Amino acid sequence: MATTDTSPVSAAPPRPSAASRFFDKAGMLLVLAILFIGCAVGVDNFFSWVNMKGLALAVSMTGMVSCTMLFCLAAGDFDLSIGSVVACAGVLTAVVINHTGSITLGVLAGLGSGALVGALNGYVVARLRINALITTLATMQIVRGFGFIVSDGKAVGIGREAFFTLGNSSLLGIPTPIWITVACFAVFGFILNRTVFGRDTLAVGGNSEAAHLAGIAVDRIKIVIFTAQGVMAAFAGIVLASRFTSGQPNTNQGFELEVISACVLGGVSLTGGIGSMAFVIAGVLIMGIVQNAMNLLNVPTFYQYVARGVILLAAVLFDRWKRRKQ
Amino acid sequence: MSSATLAFDRVAKEFPGVKALDDVSFAVNAGSIHALMGENGAGKSTLLKILSGAYTPTGGSLVIGGQPCVFHDTADALAAGVAVIYQELHLVPEMSVAENLFLGHLPQRLGIVDRRALAAAARKQLELIGEAIDPWTKLGRLPLAQRQMVEIAKALTRGARIIAFDEPTSSLSDREVRRLFTIIRDLRARGCTVLYVSHRMEEIFELCDRITILRDGRHVETSELANLTRDAVVQRMVGRKLADIYNYTPRPGAGGGLAVEGLAGPGLAEPCSFAAEAGEIFGFFGLVGAGRSELMRLIYGAAAKTAGRVTVAGREVAVASPRDAIQSGIVLCPEDRKKEGIVPVRSVLENTNLSARRRKARGGMLIDETWEQANARERVDQLRVRTPSLQQLIRNLSGGNQQKVILGRWLSETVKVILLDEPTRGIDVGAKSEIYTIMQNLAKSGVCVIVVSSELPEVLGVSDRIAVMRQGKIAAIVNRADATEEQLLKLALPLETARAS
Repeated sequence: MATTDTSPVSAAPPRPSAASRFFDKAGMLLVLAILFIGCAVGVDNFFSWVNMKGLALAVSMTGMVSCTMLFCLAAGDFDLSIGSVVACAGVLTAVVINHTGSITLGVLAGLGSGALVGALNGYVVARLRINALITTLATMQIVRGFGFIVSDGKAVGIGREAFFTLGNSSLLGIPTPIWITVACFAVFGFILNRTVFGRDTLAVGGNSEAAHLAGIAVDRIKIVIFTAQGVMAAFAGIVLASRFTSGQPNTNQGFELEVISACVLGGVSLTGGIGSMAFVIAGVLIMGIVQNAMNLLNVPTFYQYVARGVILLAAVLFDRWKRRKQ
Repeated sequence: MSSATLAFDRVAKEFPGVKALDDVSFAVNAGSIHALMGENGAGKSTLLKILSGAYTPTGGSLVIGGQPCVFHDTADALAAGVAVIYQELHLVPEMSVAENLFLGHLPQRLGIVDRRALAAAARKQLELIGEAIDPWTKLGRLPLAQRQMVEIAKALTRGARIIAFDEPTSSLSDREVRRLFTIIRDLRARGCTVLYVSHRMEEIFELCDRITILRDGRHVETSELANLTRDAVVQRMVGRKLADIYNYTPRPGAGGGLAVEGLAGPGLAEPCSFAAEAGEIFGFFGLVGAGRSELMRLIYGAAAKTAGRVTVAGREVAVASPRDAIQSGIVLCPEDRKKEGIVPVRSVLENTNLSARRRKARGGMLIDETWEQANARERVDQLRVRTPSLQQLIRNLSGGNQQKVILGRWLSETVKVILLDEPTRGIDVGAKSEIYTIMQNLAKSGVCVIVVSSELPEVLGVSDRIAVMRQGKIAAIVNRADATEEQLLKLALPLETARAS
């Protein structure tokens, strides 16, 4: 360590105005609030206990998996295999429960399969330096295939009723999956903000070479993130199987894009380094509210696709405009 | 061929905080080969970029055939018959030689490429430069020298009358250099105007008619080469008073420090050995590409060594990664600040604590917010980083302040050896002086400071001893008292005899 004495030279760059900083931080939360109030006032039955519960349940899956996708995106990668992992883990859990009669073994098999896929993704991306898009595009298809092979292409009904409590029970009047999602938001938000791992993740996404030269174990971080992503997707798949009372090999096609959309909508950068749990929650809820309101208004499904795409495009354009203004 | 006469008329180019070119005027005669020399950072590249239209001058203009003109993009330059041939070639390796030659203006009929016309035209162009290459050969299959010939032929297909070469021989064998010289002389015979940039003194004296010497972005001299000796050219390239911004104070060496023995790895031509004491500022001078950064990365564990030992304070350290290096007390401020130093989208606070927070975390995992704030505040105050707040994104700071944040990152660690790779590149003079002071103070406190620099005055101004690197090896180690700019530059210039094919 050393002390230094230097002479002042030039002035500091100007501080951005308080309003623009607030806008930057809370932009999407503001949109969320306006959207929510708008729907509550303008859409019949929107702001009712039953609908709120339904809405939360509908976004719970996206919410859970968005937590780990946030880490993936923050580190500058992304993962397309999660939709397949959800389906495959559900099917595998169902098959193992039926064969062994043990719920524990079934759940472990499901989670284990997710961990395996995630670790493989992480190893190939971090160590073998293959682009994450290609890597996870490949595993997406491989894992989807495995799901079909294990189930023979058909839904696998589960024989043990005790398993259904995971997805269908309630605590204090609120369904368990919602509690799980809220817990995920809290835990992963804490990890991102308050742990060295979380901060290092953002540094890796912001500039992986600089992070490496600052002594951060870049490869290890990426492998851990992909593995966690696989486990989380598998867990979501198990909860879903519990809700459906069966493992469905066809389920959640396109889920990966829904999750990435929600994150990006909230303001998580696709190029890495920028993201927070608040962004993700905002993104997930905006997606969910729009979907829910369209259902309540009886907008035909075909139009809903168009609307969702337009909203995503508008959100990223808004983000770009906001950044250019700074 | 007066139409090809080229002159620079009071050309200036200013970047924020840096004057790269200041009022440069000289004329290049038509049908002559004109050398352009100067140290790294003297303004040669900037001048070439203005000539090629990549930069627009902030003052003055080019004069071509008596007409003042300013190029706004490279298409303007091509239209005016100017071509600049760079070290890294602007060709598409996956395409054929013929397609490369006529890139952007392929002969066509209704939008469909006329392959017969293309082949014929390409063959004619290749003949012109004496190359018997099948026009349909994929460019990537050709050896580098032939690719360079293709680049020259491409310039000629555009009707270029003024052709500038930027260090064209740096990757050529002796025989290939002969070929190139024949072609350049041929261009002169056909009335083209050639501007030739090189560090290789012997080439300049062999090939060129006249020379212009730049220094610190200013024009020093333009004259017939016959009137100058090699030593006179070197002296004009460096001849300047050392400004008193280095704050050099003699310090006693304290022994220990960093010792490198037989270190070998990518980018080095032979194993390197040197020892720098604690409390010493040890400079590394050399031309770009001499292997200095590569040596630093090997010491730091950022590149894998194939042999050699590194000792810090007398104890051998096993460094297989930057993390190991930091734990052993070796830290690096990398050459390319933007690509390797800062995390642009994160705050000053996070960039400062990027490394040390690992040690300070509670239970090895939880961020200690109080320490984070206190440490970042302390470094910002200590190094006088000018930032509106600790939350400011580092990319919004000036280059000098970014560099200070990276220094602050390392001052947060227990440093025994600090490797500074081009610590003042692209930084304005005021901030430079501050960084020199920081370096002096670090050395005073017993840190072994290694400074890599391409700027002669800088390396002479700050260092106690200077190692000169040339072509991937340490050519000599010189004491401060014995070192002169002329001598260091001579040591750094490539040996012509060492380049036998």
